[in-house]
Amino acid sequence: MSLPDAAGHYDIFGGKYVPEALYAALAQLEAEFDKAMGDETFWRELDDLRRNYSGRPTPLTEAKRFAEHCGNAIVLLKREDLNHTGSHKINNVLGQALLTKRMGKTRVIAETGAGQHGVATATAAALLGLECRVYMGKVDTDRQALNVARMQLLGAEVIAVESGSQTLKDAMNDAMRDWVASVDDTHYLIGTVAGPHPFPKMVRELQRVISTEAKAQVLERYGRLPDAVTACVGGGSNAMGMFADFIDDPTVALYGFEAGGDGVETGRHASAIFGGSVGVLHGMRTYILQNEDGQTLESHSISAGLDYPGVGPEHSWLAKTGRATYEPVTDTEAMEAFKLLTQTEGIMPAIESAHALAGTIRLGQRVAAKYPDAQPIIVVCVSGRGDKDVDTAIKWFGLDGSANASVGGEQ
Amino acid sequence: MSAGISGRTFQAAAEQGRKALVAYYPVGFPDVPGSLDVLRTLCGEGDQPGADLIEIGLPYSDPVMDGVVIQRAGTRALARGVRTRDVFTAVETVASTGTTPVVMTYWNLVDRYGVDAFARDLAAAGGAGLITPDLVPDEASDWFEASDAHGLDRIFLVSPSSTDERIVATANACRGWMYATAVMGVTGTRTASSSAAPELVSRIRALAPDTLVGVGLGVSNGDQAADVATFADGVIVGSAFIKPALAADDAGTPGDLSGIRAVLTDLAAGVRR
Repeated sequence: MSLPDAAGHYDIFGGKYVPEALYAALAQLEAEFDKAMGDETFWRELDDLRRNYSGRPTPLTEAKRFAEHCGNAIVLLKREDLNHTGSHKINNVLGQALLTKRMGKTRVIAETGAGQHGVATATAAALLGLECRVYMGKVDTDRQALNVARMQLLGAEVIAVESGSQTLKDAMNDAMRDWVASVDDTHYLIGTVAGPHPFPKMVRELQRVISTEAKAQVLERYGRLPDAVTACVGGGSNAMGMFADFIDDPTVALYGFEAGGDGVETGRHASAIFGGSVGVLHGMRTYILQNEDGQTLESHSISAGLDYPGVGPEHSWLAKTGRATYEPVTDTEAMEAFKLLTQTEGIMPAIESAHALAGTIRLGQRVAAKYPDAQPIIVVCVSGRGDKDVDTAIKWFGLDGSANASVGGEQ
Repeated sequence: MSAGISGRTFQAAAEQGRKALVAYYPVGFPDVPGSLDVLRTLCGEGDQPGADLIEIGLPYSDPVMDGVVIQRAGTRALARGVRTRDVFTAVETVASTGTTPVVMTYWNLVDRYGVDAFARDLAAAGGAGLITPDLVPDEASDWFEASDAHGLDRIFLVSPSSTDERIVATANACRGWMYATAVMGVTGTRTASSSAAPELVSRIRALAPDTLVGVGLGVSNGDQAADVATFADGVIVGSAFIKPALAADDAGTPGDLSGIRAVLTDLAAGVRR
């Protein structure tokens, strides 16, 4: 059976828990998306943008020196960091921006945490001539001033959200409030595989290109399927893209690494699947972080892109059925992997992606301990590049931006 | 559609030749005891008329249908420790005055409490039903079962963007009355009411003629209430009661109910013009 069902359910997960006022807009979006899925013109246009604008296909890079830390594994990096705007976010944004035009709408709104999705949305809006407004928690606009400026330079308007906890989840609430009042001319361009149906399905289909390419690249080079694919999971869009074409290949293990923050046992984390419970948030039934009463708890992660108290409903379903495995990775593990990849491969990953890399080290070592003669192929989705995270890394590693030594000056 | 329990308050007002006033106020703001005082006030004091039906809000961390005024009161209520169970105390408080209470809240709080347990405790406290702003009939099978088991009203929302088909389906799913959101947007007072509200209500009248309709989102004074009363069965007011409560809280006099009394007097007169 192909999931989701017609009403957007993945077994008990997903659905449309939204105000009636949004039903018509969701129905219109679903109809337009279904039509586009079967329309060669849409795919031709999107494919042209992917190739000639965003830079696809992205390479599959073998990380030999990094792999020395991963047991006997062959580690292949799916290089979403090399996309225009620096992450996989553009894959989804270009597709939804084209749909916006097809629906005859002239304005897009988006939520953003660290700013990656906001920048990608502002980019697509500039490219296609759409009006753009981005909602961002006040806490995030304060700590990501550079991305605020990038969005503004791209012509977008950035609104700091001061309600609730002033972070990504509240930015999503305010984008939803905007949409309730503006659905006639506005598309809400959700950045991940979360929210009400059809968003989780639509964003999966737009991110599927990651696994479609990776599968062909591995088959071409190694003549067989990988043994495992890994990705970080916040809302879960790069992971869903990395998993999509492998879900029906039972020999390929799927691993999602959630943000463990200070450690799930401390309560300061963003591991909705590993450390949360089933509830309803942002229009979907899924695993969320909530208190005894069902009030949403604040998530914690060094990675702003994973700092979200929910997760896409299809991940909840993959976790419940056991098809995919989800494990937390702490801030410390992620930052060690960030440094390791940078210094062994010359590739500085986003801190989000560093969670997937840390999980891959753990997985490779675990396989080596159990099957010392095996040489598994593991494909890791490097969802984004780490330039945006240099400030965080400076603080984490105690650097201060000064040189190691100086020469040639006066005494 | 059956008038259930809460729809009878609309019918009782109609028997007096007027429309019903529905007042929304959240439990827990300025704190739980303070909110109980406000709720008693809204039920009417002495010979003064109060609201015909009270909608008790249960604050939620992520209230996507609410504007800034209700959000702010809800955030403060949560910070001051309001719990789900407090809503049942509020329901009892209102019911003990002889006024009918319903609860309005977001689905995750009900889901987490246990849908059947919530319905059971709501009914036991004297509640008439539940308004569900982010639960549409399509996702409500648990709620149908629990509301039938405990004899509670189901008040779903429709909006100007609802299709004819969905208006009919929602009217069939409701018991008590139907909540028509007058404008495309979240809660909050508005200076001018749009033509969207009367248009929506006339569509409902044509599609589901026996439906009692409450109209909300935007009404803040007696004039607007009188205007909405020309076409709706019930006039719903929320933010207008919370604004003076926020002002009193900011002024350090959270127990000062004079602002709320003034708004209530104006609105109660508005539905009696």
